[in-house]
Amino acid sequence: MDYSDLIHNLLEGNTRAAARLITLIENDIDIAEKIIHAIYKETGNAYILGITGAPGSGKSTFISTLTKTLVSQGKKIGIICVDPTSPLTGGALLGDRIRMKENFSLKNVFIRSMANRGQLGGLSRATEDTIKILDAYGCDVIIVETVGVGQSEVDIFKSAHTVIVLMVPGMGDDIQAIKAGIMEITDIFVVNKMDLPGADKKVADITQMLEMNMNFKYKSEKGAQEYAKIAQWTPEIVKFNSKTGENLNKLLGIIEKHKKFLEDTGINASYQINRIKNETFQILKHKLTRKVQQLLSSNSTIEEYLKLVMDKSLDPYSMANLIIKLLGMD
Amino acid sequence: MNDKKKIKVLVCKPGLDGHDRGAKVLARALRDAGMEVIYTGLHQTPDDIVNTVIQEDPDAVMLSILSGAHNALCPVIMEKLKENGIDDVLVSVGGIIPDEDIPFLEKHGLKGFYGPGTELKTIVDFVKNNLKR
Repeated sequence: MDYSDLIHNLLEGNTRAAARLITLIENDIDIAEKIIHAIYKETGNAYILGITGAPGSGKSTFISTLTKTLVSQGKKIGIICVDPTSPLTGGALLGDRIRMKENFSLKNVFIRSMANRGQLGGLSRATEDTIKILDAYGCDVIIVETVGVGQSEVDIFKSAHTVIVLMVPGMGDDIQAIKAGIMEITDIFVVNKMDLPGADKKVADITQMLEMNMNFKYKSEKGAQEYAKIAQWTPEIVKFNSKTGENLNKLLGIIEKHKKFLEDTGINASYQINRIKNETFQILKHKLTRKVQQLLSSNSTIEEYLKLVMDKSLDPYSMANLIIKLLGMD
Repeated sequence: MNDKKKIKVLVCKPGLDGHDRGAKVLARALRDAGMEVIYTGLHQTPDDIVNTVIQEDPDAVMLSILSGAHNALCPVIMEKLKENGIDDVLVSVGGIIPDEDIPFLEKHGLKGFYGPGTELKTIVDFVKNNLKR
């Protein structure tokens, strides 16, 4: 089926059309460009929740519990689960659906698994565009689950309105491990598996860590506008049990509070601008990289430059400058 | 960034059968062959499976059944896929499938029927060579 027919069906809420379009976007960036061009006006209505945390912290189960409640409020939910691609074989095992076995109906919940295909940052190249597809498809809330994070998988911060980080009691090292990256982008900390011993200590650890972060906050208030969101919002901490749903209402209240904060302070608008800037930058990077690769593989002048660098009569920086000239971009 | 088309496969355990070692070994083998494999876990109803196929848009569905319920489950799954206009997905069933049941399952559009002892490479090649798109 042609993608223009699929777009027509997507806007009428057809599930299969949404799924096919996501496949096209994943596999071909040139078609992705045309699809986004056609649907862009229909996007921007969904609230985007980013869920991140260490492997095994309970992200999928958490999302399942949260989704069940949101659906009962009459909302249509889109879920994107990103898992890692093997750097050796290019294959991937996507297992997030295993823990999302609530009997969600096709009408209210759309779940899509994605491999990150080697992209660093916790998301895949196609994630941002997939959010747009689900937005145009009519989802009220889109939940994005990143790959299990280590230290610097912070791209979700650029795509989501509210970032929730899951932590579990007893993993003493994880605060240590994530203090530089994740800690700074989190809006809500969820201490998941609160029935395990050590939940209160974990809350205390995070509180302490946040207090130490005041220094960072002070600096960012003065400068970078893109950090306004983190500078003015003090992250909330909530203990949670994904299996029983204990503290669910409290959590929903905090999400609502953060949403209202973004609207009331006007941060939402400036945040959107940053999001568009970042996205455009990524697209430019991709397009320019491709252009450079094409040039490098086709232009015979490059061979001459290479010889000059081999003879030490040119250095790699100068060669790069000459290539920029060839591209007409100096 | 890799934009090359990847083969996407759904590995499913339909019905009440609770043994998924085979499904996991298969999922791992397909992963190692460079495919993107979704495993949905145990106890999937035909509706669960069809819903997953609609949302994930895989190129192939590999059903693993050891319980003997294949003649009951497979035709229902195929029927529901057809109802949803899905006719370009390779659907295969394996596990414990007696030879005398194969013609019946083939009539419903299923393929494969690989059982214990099959070399994983055979199944990987089967997927690669039988895709419908």
